[in-house]
Parts: sequence; structure tokens; C-alpha cells
Amino acid sequence: MAAQKYELILLKNMSQPGYTGSLADYEQTGGYQALRKILGKVPPAEVTATVMKSGLRGRGGAGFPTGVKWGFLPKDYQGTRYLCCNADESEPGTFKDRQLMERDPHQLLEGIVLAGYAIGAESTYIYIRGEMVLGSRILEQALAEARKAGYVGKNILGTGVHVDIWVHRGAGAYICGEETALLESLEGKRGLPRVKPPFPATHGLYDKPTVVNNVETLANLPHIINRGPEWFASIGSPPKSTGTRIFCVSGHVKRPGNYEVPMGVTFRELIYDQAGGMRGEKPLKAFIPGGASAPFLTPEHLDVKLDFESVAAAGSMLGSGGVTIMEEGTSMVWAALRLMEFFYHESCGKCSPCREGSSWLVQTMRRIVAKQGRAQDLETLSDLCKNIAGRTVCAFGDAEVAPIMSTLKHWRQEYVALIHEAEAANLIKSIPVGARH
Amino acid sequence: MNLAEKYKDEIADILSRYPVRRSALIPLLYLAQQENGFITEGAMIEIAGMLKLTPPQVYETATFYTMLNLKKVGKFHIQICKSLMCALVGSDTVIGWMKTKLGIGPGETTADGLFTLTAVECLAACGTGPMMQINDDYYERLTEEKVDRILADLRTTGTSSMKSGPFMWPDRAGARV
Repeated sequence: MAAQKYELILLKNMSQPGYTGSLADYEQTGGYQALRKILGKVPPAEVTATVMKSGLRGRGGAGFPTGVKWGFLPKDYQGTRYLCCNADESEPGTFKDRQLMERDPHQLLEGIVLAGYAIGAESTYIYIRGEMVLGSRILEQALAEARKAGYVGKNILGTGVHVDIWVHRGAGAYICGEETALLESLEGKRGLPRVKPPFPATHGLYDKPTVVNNVETLANLPHIINRGPEWFASIGSPPKSTGTRIFCVSGHVKRPGNYEVPMGVTFRELIYDQAGGMRGEKPLKAFIPGGASAPFLTPEHLDVKLDFESVAAAGSMLGSGGVTIMEEGTSMVWAALRLMEFFYHESCGKCSPCREGSSWLVQTMRRIVAKQGRAQDLETLSDLCKNIAGRTVCAFGDAEVAPIMSTLKHWRQEYVALIHEAEAANLIKSIPVGARH
Repeated sequence: MNLAEKYKDEIADILSRYPVRRSALIPLLYLAQQENGFITEGAMIEIAGMLKLTPPQVYETATFYTMLNLKKVGKFHIQICKSLMCALVGSDTVIGWMKTKLGIGPGETTADGLFTLTAVECLAACGTGPMMQINDDYYERLTEEKVDRILADLRTTGTSSMKSGPFMWPDRAGARV
């Protein structure tokens, strides 16, 4: 890692040599102090107000303000409420939650207890993607330590507050990162997104009021409590994009990896300063700013700031923080096909436009890449994309068309060239062999 | 095989975690899969009985998730990530090596039943690609030499020290991916 220019918050502990993520190590760095400061001393509503004041927004992809989300829970409801930690990190290009769970599990657990206390959830579930077996084992081990020390479970530290945490493994389905699909999956069903409204805030897990928050979102909470909402709100691009983000840099850079920087640094700084620049001689051709669901951007966008509003204004989205870099020479049609194959594989099948459309899109894209495309294929692609986006129960429909729509917009000539090659080959084939020169 | 007898304590622990029984379905299917590497029809019927579900309800869930195997797989299930992020840094080459070394293509199992090869979508290790998962373990930043060592290790000892982690356990404290 380069010399640390910015203060690390979430990755701070694990960047210390010898830090194992054990309870003893976490306590030594001031761990569980936020919990001691709050539980039984500060009313839950005040914790929610603090989080609202910090400006913290969801780190999973949608960027919804966390405190506002908590505020949607019915105030007068006396029954059971649930908190689910969305640890189903599956957005291609994103690998930060895995590191947060494997390297500093107690930071997440403390955040979950704080959130559970704030919203009045005594049972909380960490829905971790099934493939992350190591992460789930580490979390179980950390939970055993935390329960024994009285930080998790019944009557935490003698305050009379109950917040228990259970680790629940998914079983391989991208769609379960969508919050209502996650709830269905946690209920033992197929992970099909629910029609909204009603929203999870009123009808969530087992039809009870539920909050679903991402790992990175929850891991921020102990720091906001310890250092105050004003401190947090002063980092990044206030007022709308506060705090740091862990950006996951992958692809053709010298040092791929996770980089925690204040929101608002430019892509140029992230790619060339933090991640060491391009891996070889070839210059940058394209980058994806926020996971596979975010439209591609071009070198013209290098000075766009990494905050929610700026990336949206550039025609893409900050999404999950997965930044993928592609060098000159990478075929954009091929890259879009690779992502389209992902979406085709992961479409849950609930809505016809997405289920049928993804199959049609992938077939058309494969044909073009194999130089067997037809002149009308580009129109077919645009038509399909327009008829999928916005016509499905969840945001998957909008996500799956992003790679094709954005590459068609910026690199249309690459599609055209592949189709021309196919047409030229067909033309030659149509001439009788004897007549060819 | 009777899961209820063999895994009495595990099943009790799983059921105690959820206020609604059906939530225990995926954890119980994992338990069943532990037996033979795949989930048998008998196991699904038994689990349906435990959770007061119908067998089709169990089957409906089991068929949705890629990690639940309803068919036999090799002793070592090699899953190579083929999504764009890994493809940019050479996952197609890794799949090529594996094809040559094992003599099978994606979706196939070696004749001795040792290895099944699958090309899969993103496994959330894009910064350390190309990568693969073998059974529970991740193997990252793959090179041909590393792949050779991993396969040799698996053949001789059933596991390989080339895997990622563990991080919290004292013996490998502070190790970095």
C-alpha cells in the first residue's frame, strides 16, 4: 500500500502489523467502547438521530441514508423487529465486505449491536454469501468470544439490553443481495424479490418490521458513536456524501485491492495515486465506477469525484464501490458480454422482461462477439434494453442493461466493426467459389 | 442414512436460531450435503418432515441455489471465476491450464472421481484474481506454478497450504492476502 495519505477508519485496525481481529486485539484499539457508552445510557431514538446527523448513507449500492431508513420503522409497534446485515457481497468488482468480516469481525459485531439497540431488534441475522465459508467461520468464532465477554446476547454488560446475532449462510445466488430477496432466502425460500410496497420497514422478515443494512454501513457505527456525528459529517463531500468509502479496485492496475479514502477524491487519484496507475504501457480505456451494475465511464471522466452525486451526474453510479479498470486493447463488446453472461446466469426468473430479455441479450451479444452478427442486431440490443429497464420488480433489470447500454453509447464503432466483419465474411460466402478471385 | 440421528446436536442448534422453522431449510440442506457432497432425495424428504414442509417445498428451494448440489460432484470441486474482473487478469488462461492438467472441461468430473471443474461467476475476490474456490477454500492470485502445487497438494494430502486464511487463528496471525 502507498504511504497513507488519508486517515483510515474502517481498515485502520487491520492495517496494523500483527492485528489478528481477535477480541483482545479489538479491545486494545478501543473496541466495544461505543457500545459501553451507549447501551442503557443513551435512548435508542438519540442513536438514530446521531446516525441521521452523521449523514451516513448505505454502502451496499443504493446509498439510502441509514438513519432515515431506521426512522421508517413504525414507532408505536410493540412486537418483534429484526435487523439483517447484508453480507451477501456478490456485485462483480466488489470485495470489501469480505475483508471487513475476515480481518476485523468485532468491528462489524459492535456495529450490529448498536444498530439493533437503536431500532429495537433483539434478533439480528448476518446473511453472508455462501461461498465465504472462511468469513462465516471467523464471524462464528468472533461471536463466541463476544457472547462470552457479554457484548452480544441477553442482558449485554448488565444493561438489560438484548441483541443476539446469528450467522446465516446463503447458498449461491446474486439476487439475494437485493434486500427483499435476502429476506425470502432467510425464510428458507427461493430468493425472489418481493413487490414493494410494502417495504421491509413495515413488512420484512416474517412480515415483521425489519431493517437491512450492508456490512460496511454497520461497521461505520462504532466510529460515529465514538467520535461524534459532526466529525463523520466533516469527512468526504458534505453534506450529501459523508465519511470514507472502501473502493475495491480491480482490473489492469499495478496494485489492485481495497482503498479506503474520503468520498469526493477523483477517479484519477484513486487509480493513479492509490492503486499505482496502469499495470503496463497501455493507457486507460474504460472503467466501471461502482460494480457491474454501473454504466461504463471513459478517460474523460477521470476527474469526476467519487461521491454519490458526482458519479450520478456523469451518467453512472457510485454503487457498491467496485472500480474496475480496463486498458487500451480491451474489447468493450467482449467486456459487456462477460457482464451480460453474469446477469443472464443470475436472473432469478421472476419477471419476464428480465428472464427472457437476459437470455436474448446474451445470445445476441455472443453472436456479435463471434463475428456472426447481423446489421439489425444493434437495434435489437437497444430495443431489448429499453424494454427491460424499469419494467421489473427489482433493480436487477436496470443493472443488467447498464454494460450494454453504456458501451453502445461510448464505443458503438466497436460493435459496428464486428458486425461489418461478419457481413463481409457472409458476402464472400455468398459468391460462388468459382467466381471468387 | 438418517440425518436426525447422526446430527442430533447440530440440528437442535440450527433449529434454535430461528423463530420460524422453514428458515432452517438451507442450513439443513448444507448439513445433508456434508454427507456425500450432494443432497439426496431421501435427505430432502427427511428434512421436509423435520420442518413440516412438503418435499416439493424443499425441492423448490434446493434447486434455486447454485451451491446446493443435487448431483454427485468430485471429491474436490474446483470453481474458477470467469466473470469480467477475473477475465481481465487471465481467468480464461487458468481454465485452459486446468483443462490440460485434468483432461476435463467445465462441467465434467475426472474418471477417478477426484476433481469436478466448473467455471463460475464472481466470487468477490476481484482484487486478487485470477482466483478459484475448491470446496470451502479460496485460492487467489493464481499462477501456473501455484495451480500445479495446489493440485499436487490435494492429491497427496487432501488440502493445500496455498489457500487463503485463516486469519484469526493464532498460527497464521497477521498473514495478508
